[in-house]
Amino acid sequence: MKIAIIDYGSGNLKSVTKAIEYASKNVLQKSDVKILNSAKEIDTFDKVVLPGQGSYKQCYKSLISVDGILDELINFVIEKEKPILGICVGMQLFSTFGDEDGGSKGFNWIEGNVRKINIKNNDFKLPHMGWNNINICKKSKLLFGVENNSHFYFVHSFAFDVSNKQFISATTNYSIEFVASVEKNNIYGTQFHPEKSQINGIKILENFVKI
Amino acid sequence: MLKKRIIPCLDVKDGRVVKGINFIDLIDAGDPVEQALIYNNSGADEICFLDITASSEKRDILLDTVKKTAECCFVPLTVGGGVRSIQDIRKLLLAGADKVSINTAAIKNLDLISESSSIFGSQCIVVAIDAKKISDNSWKIFTHGGRNPTDFDAVEFSQLAEQNGAGEILLTSMDRDGTKKGYDIELTKKMSSCLNIPVIASGGVGNLKHLKDGIVKGGASAVLAASIFHFGEYSIKQAKEYLKNENVPVRL
Repeated sequence: MKIAIIDYGSGNLKSVTKAIEYASKNVLQKSDVKILNSAKEIDTFDKVVLPGQGSYKQCYKSLISVDGILDELINFVIEKEKPILGICVGMQLFSTFGDEDGGSKGFNWIEGNVRKINIKNNDFKLPHMGWNNINICKKSKLLFGVENNSHFYFVHSFAFDVSNKQFISATTNYSIEFVASVEKNNIYGTQFHPEKSQINGIKILENFVKI
Repeated sequence: MLKKRIIPCLDVKDGRVVKGINFIDLIDAGDPVEQALIYNNSGADEICFLDITASSEKRDILLDTVKKTAECCFVPLTVGGGVRSIQDIRKLLLAGADKVSINTAAIKNLDLISESSSIFGSQCIVVAIDAKKISDNSWKIFTHGGRNPTDFDAVEFSQLAEQNGAGEILLTSMDRDGTKKGYDIELTKKMSSCLNIPVIASGGVGNLKHLKDGIVKGGASAVLAASIFHFGEYSIKQAKEYLKNENVPVRL
């Protein structure tokens, strides 16, 4: 199994890499996990992970500044229908548009906009940072074997308002209810960080390795 | 529901834990990686390393420690101590830290907060404030591990830090640190109520009720403690069970 982690200058790739290697060992698959910072080899991989930290706009800008990468990703995900896992802003980029930082378009693979979480009062701080439980709302390959109400680690201030609710696999509550994970055919995404979510997160990465 | 976080903090010097955990099943009481793993497995919500290495040539040892910890601990790792530049932050993040805590350098230079948060994202920039009570309702910031007084009002500065992109404030009361008398609730309350970002309370925990007070009375989103966990007085699990019984939302 060859898994590429796309490096476009966004944050901590080491923990994602290590967590996927660890999860692969658990399911007895030796994965070749590689951090990729160019578009060239993507096609030779079986799966792609798109991490993301920082602002939506900045992430989109940094990503498309990698020559040819968006075309390669579209080819990988849309034409070849190979699995992709977006994490945090990586997942948000699957959307149509993100409001953050003046606004930017996204890939439009899953229709909907990324908006700031609507905080009702000062008891709710932003970023939504820490461990929160998820409500699983559909049968999902990525969440297979994960118990409803399990805890995952979140760090974000914006959330993905998915237009077609059937692509939402789990939600979470913080002031309002919003999307915790998405699943549309071969496209998987989590707002939380599986690589920082202990046993539950490793379970999700095991599922992704097995898909 | 978002849970309140319990964060054990390890003081690390030259790659060794200074105040180690007093657990019988530890092979090497001074190995930070091994101790972090114990906390990781026992339900800590995050782990914090505070590097107190004095000499700069030995600072790379910390990167190695962070690297090894990131290979086996799958909870967020915050690293602080002696962080002075964008380059320092980048090195720590690349080694596997999830958040970097900046103290003296951030107080001296607000631009470091805004610059680092725009490059790496607010979520990984923690501004550490060491404060001492000066008079009624007034706390001043001290730098260099609490040795040097400044003119900055702690609460006002925390607001500036927020405006400049800090993702979180790690608030240590110097009056309480090491006393086991509990957090400075008054200060924690004052700061958390005027900020929109989370405040981590630190300094002075002597028992489990102090953790609860920091959260319930102080309004902290997370509580940091060192000695009560290191010396085996309480386990993370005990702390969480206590808080749960007291109706504080925790991850069990």
